[in-house]
Amino acid sequence: MDAKDILGLPKNSVTQEKKSRPQKDSQRKPDGISREVYALTGGLAPLIPAIEASQLKKRPPSDEKITWQWLPFTNSARKDNLHLYHWVRIVNGVPPTGDYSFAKYNKSVDIVKYTDEEYEKYLTDPMWTKEETDQLFELCQSFDLRFIVIADRFPSSRTVEELKDRYYSVARAMLIARAPSPGDISGHPLVKEPYNVSQETERKRALSMVLSQTKQQERKDAEVLAEAKRITESRMVARGAEESELPVPSNAGPESAERAAAIPADTVSPSSNVQQHPSAAVAPSTITVDNASILASLRMLRVYLRTYALDQMVQAASSSAGLRTIKRVEQTLQELGVNLKPRVPTKAVCAEHLELRREILTLLNLQKQLQYKEAEGSSYRDGSYADTPGTPKHLSHGGDQDRTFVPDMSFAGERMGKRDQKRKAPGRLSEAPLPAHKRPRKSKAADL
Amino acid sequence: MSLTTSSRKQGENQPDDGASPAKPPRIKIGKSSEDSDKKGAHRRVKDVEICVPIVYGTIAFYLGRKASESQSHKWTVYVRGATNEDLGVVIKRVVFQLHPSFNNPTRVLESPPFELSECGWGEFEIGISLFFHNDICDKQLDLFHHLKLYPEDESGPQTTKKPVVVESYNEIVYPDPSENFLARVQNHPAVIVPRMPAGFNLPYPVSIESVNEREKGDTKDHPLSQWFMNFSEADELLKLAAARQQVQAHIVKLRRQLSVMDGPPPLSKQPTGYDYT
Repeated sequence: MDAKDILGLPKNSVTQEKKSRPQKDSQRKPDGISREVYALTGGLAPLIPAIEASQLKKRPPSDEKITWQWLPFTNSARKDNLHLYHWVRIVNGVPPTGDYSFAKYNKSVDIVKYTDEEYEKYLTDPMWTKEETDQLFELCQSFDLRFIVIADRFPSSRTVEELKDRYYSVARAMLIARAPSPGDISGHPLVKEPYNVSQETERKRALSMVLSQTKQQERKDAEVLAEAKRITESRMVARGAEESELPVPSNAGPESAERAAAIPADTVSPSSNVQQHPSAAVAPSTITVDNASILASLRMLRVYLRTYALDQMVQAASSSAGLRTIKRVEQTLQELGVNLKPRVPTKAVCAEHLELRREILTLLNLQKQLQYKEAEGSSYRDGSYADTPGTPKHLSHGGDQDRTFVPDMSFAGERMGKRDQKRKAPGRLSEAPLPAHKRPRKSKAADL
Repeated sequence: MSLTTSSRKQGENQPDDGASPAKPPRIKIGKSSEDSDKKGAHRRVKDVEICVPIVYGTIAFYLGRKASESQSHKWTVYVRGATNEDLGVVIKRVVFQLHPSFNNPTRVLESPPFELSECGWGEFEIGISLFFHNDICDKQLDLFHHLKLYPEDESGPQTTKKPVVVESYNEIVYPDPSENFLARVQNHPAVIVPRMPAGFNLPYPVSIESVNEREKGDTKDHPLSQWFMNFSEADELLKLAAARQQVQAHIVKLRRQLSVMDGPPPLSKQPTGYDYT
């Protein structure tokens, strides 16, 4: 509003802001601070003032006489009876009483203690000697059950999970042995949920795998997960639709599609190249499944708008595609001169629009396949570029594909422009093989 | 797709009687047909969808000399049949939700033509809720439309002659309609009903209670009809067909390229001189 004045722009576009502005102006800024300072905070007062403004002006009560003395003190948290000195605030000649104020922070964990007899009776284990167990417990006591540190200091090499397992099973056995009756401790977390070594190892392995995934793998996973979610959702819908005399086959479809989707989810870890194919293989079957379930769910509604139906179908069709692919589809539509949302959404127009979107998806998939084939072919020839650092560079040229899309159509499908861009990738990795790289490509062009 | 193809019954094809739009004939309902009427309310016709094309939007005029700070424009928001036929056959009520700064921002229209005129100065989003007759469904349909008062090109002063018109086309779809509903609207020009299979029997059309304050429900001779936009699916269909052709051609080309790439590898191990085009 003021900005427009400053820039000299005409003030004719009146927006809704004006209507709500009178309300805002009525909220006055608080007293005590200037308007500009208040505006710095974003024009909103904090919910709870950090410091009471009144406190700042308060003076200490005049009946108290404050002096400061240099006095000795002891810390109950220490065991060595050390005497240190510090300044102490004396009020009216009376020094403060009580322990050192920081002593209460000296917390420690209660470690289970066992006698030798108890060890013989309950705690013997083929994997652990008594000395090792004693050592473990000593370390646990001194390091407050910080197993990472304990594992580091442990004389023989044991994994963190093994140490945890030993400690918790000993603690659990002691708890059970010492309890007057089993019922007393059945609620104790150690008894209810014992430490599960294999589960923990597996969990940590999975976590480290997730952490070490490359960006490309992450993207693939997200796509597969979105697809699986889509499938389960359509299964829900199909199941709901089943309740009102609709054909059952739509339910069988999601089952097989879900099994197929589970397979790519399992192959998350190993190779990055193989992943494209499972998701591509699953995609065709899920397209038909989603369509049927969308139609079923639409029929469940008593009334809906044609545009709503189209949106649902478009979503279903692009469910197997990542966000980038969807953007590319939209870009293609714009290049073809087609509205992203039809201006006259009649039944025929919507059907055509949907089919067009599907065909564009097919086209993009084919282009990707072609790219892969080229990448495989060239890496096979060059040898040194077969490893993963090279592949993401190739795949990222999906973005380049967009720019050459229109020229492709007008130049009868010659992918000349793409070759130039591909040359950049090997150049980045090393300079020497570059001339060698050119020759295989030239022979390839001759093939086409 | 499992949906049946629909044959269109355009309002223009039917002879216009000039006066009120074609209303379904009032049938005296005797006791014998009461049962079939009740059943017809619950029996649904499968694999049939009734489609009602509508256009909704706003037309805004600058008031020029008569404009004031708070009332610079006079605008009308409406829902009309795409071919300007009477929507009262399916729509029972339309509720327009205006900006809270208006008096009684919830405006209810109980009969066609479903429109509302106001004066104001600000642009905002108008909520339009469509309520259908009892034999159709209980659910309402919500639309939203942004009221535009100022023209795209801000060059020059505003004119009082040419209004700012923004309209949107959409179609209301009723899947699996009840027999009564279908019977009632079968021959109405505002409604698109697919061709029934031969020998399909519908109950007698049951006319609905309608409070028709105004004689005419259609918008054919509406005072603002000169500003109504034309929505023809032909243009869009043509563009889509052309686009599809282009894409299909490109797909064929790529498929050929891919098969060429897949073919050679075992053959490439052969000594040179082998021609594999």
